[in-house]
Amino acid sequence: MARVAAPPKSHAHDHERQDVPSDVALRVMSLESLLIEKGIVDKAALDALIDTYEHKIGPRNGARVVARAWSDPSYRERLLGDATAAIAELGFKGMQGEHMVVVENTPTVHNLVVCTLCSCYPWPVLGLPPVWYKSSPYRARAVLDPRGVLREFGVNLSEDVEVRVWDSTAEIRYLVLPQRPTGTEHLNEEQLAMLVTRDSMVGVARELSSRAQERA
Amino acid sequence: MNGVHDMGGMHGFGRVVFERHEPVFHAAWEGRLFALRRAAGAWRKWNIDASRYFIERLEPVDYLAASYYARQYLGFVELLIERGLLTRAEIESGRPAAGDSKLAPPLTADKIPQMVVNGSPTSRDAGQPPRVRVGQLVRTRKINPVGHTRLPRYVRGRTGTIVRDHGVFVFPDSNAQFQGEQPQHLYSVRFSARELWGDETNACDSVYLDLWDAYLEAA
Repeated sequence: MARVAAPPKSHAHDHERQDVPSDVALRVMSLESLLIEKGIVDKAALDALIDTYEHKIGPRNGARVVARAWSDPSYRERLLGDATAAIAELGFKGMQGEHMVVVENTPTVHNLVVCTLCSCYPWPVLGLPPVWYKSSPYRARAVLDPRGVLREFGVNLSEDVEVRVWDSTAEIRYLVLPQRPTGTEHLNEEQLAMLVTRDSMVGVARELSSRAQERA
Repeated sequence: MNGVHDMGGMHGFGRVVFERHEPVFHAAWEGRLFALRRAAGAWRKWNIDASRYFIERLEPVDYLAASYYARQYLGFVELLIERGLLTRAEIESGRPAAGDSKLAPPLTADKIPQMVVNGSPTSRDAGQPPRVRVGQLVRTRKINPVGHTRLPRYVRGRTGTIVRDHGVFVFPDSNAQFQGEQPQHLYSVRFSARELWGDETNACDSVYLDLWDAYLEAA
């Protein structure tokens, strides 16, 4: 086995524990300067990466996938069969979505996605994960008490709805296909996409409104 | 390793705190760190499994006290040092060691769009046959490796059903320690909630995990 690295000699040992996060902003700034000065990283590349995940890739991508699946039965079939390829048809693929699986909610099945070991999340379709998804309570409880977690998100499932929790322990990334709200037969794909929330694609929301909601 | 990162099933963390209208990054440094890890990763001195393993090896109190990005900072620094991109002296002083000539960064802004859509697939074309079949009952091995593993404690020694064969993938337990990819079949395995948590849980609920051949034995 490789040598186990000494535990980080973070300055946590010299100061109060609370210093772990409190001076990290300065330390990251100093690390960035050092890495740029040595030619290990390129500043423009950093800016472009941040811009990509702040402005270009987010849950609107996943909403388009869901709306397409609601509108086009053959697309839905491809999506449930080979999600990576079907999602790539809309141009969404790559980092942290190299291997996708889509799981479908039905009147009798509810799906919930978690990563108990770190915070794996399907970036190409949902962007970077929110803090609650990465938090200890969510990671700890989603597998043990999914119904309790769902209640805290306002979802009260009846006992006969089957809950399927997907713990992302490998490089497979999961997207939940929520149920299409009733009363939306007249909406086109673009209008349908407006109804799809990020939370419904992780599985912490279930019933979507037939009218466009304020985005979380 | 049986670390604090392996949180599935733990009690005591309280409610899930939900923030409305959450920004992608809560402070500028989080975005800088996110980008630094990806840009430095382009030197290919480590892999995704190693970067996770370095975070898992934080001291438990540090891991729990740090935010997600603070934790990533602490793991990243150790990775940079262990893999020879920086020395601890450089990090502590904030200055490059004397006499080094400037390198050429492998990741430049023009390469970002391609890098993002290409990603780094971890499926492999290796031809080995699967050890188990869809529909088969399997038991996860009772193991407590001191190194990296993606077999959470809560599922060890439990019986489940293979529901899907994802194909052949890099094995994190060896890859994280730079001991080779050891590609092998990866499966989606369904465990009933009762098998994992006992009879008080709902009889129709289940948990699915993605598990490699090396974690499984015939039930």
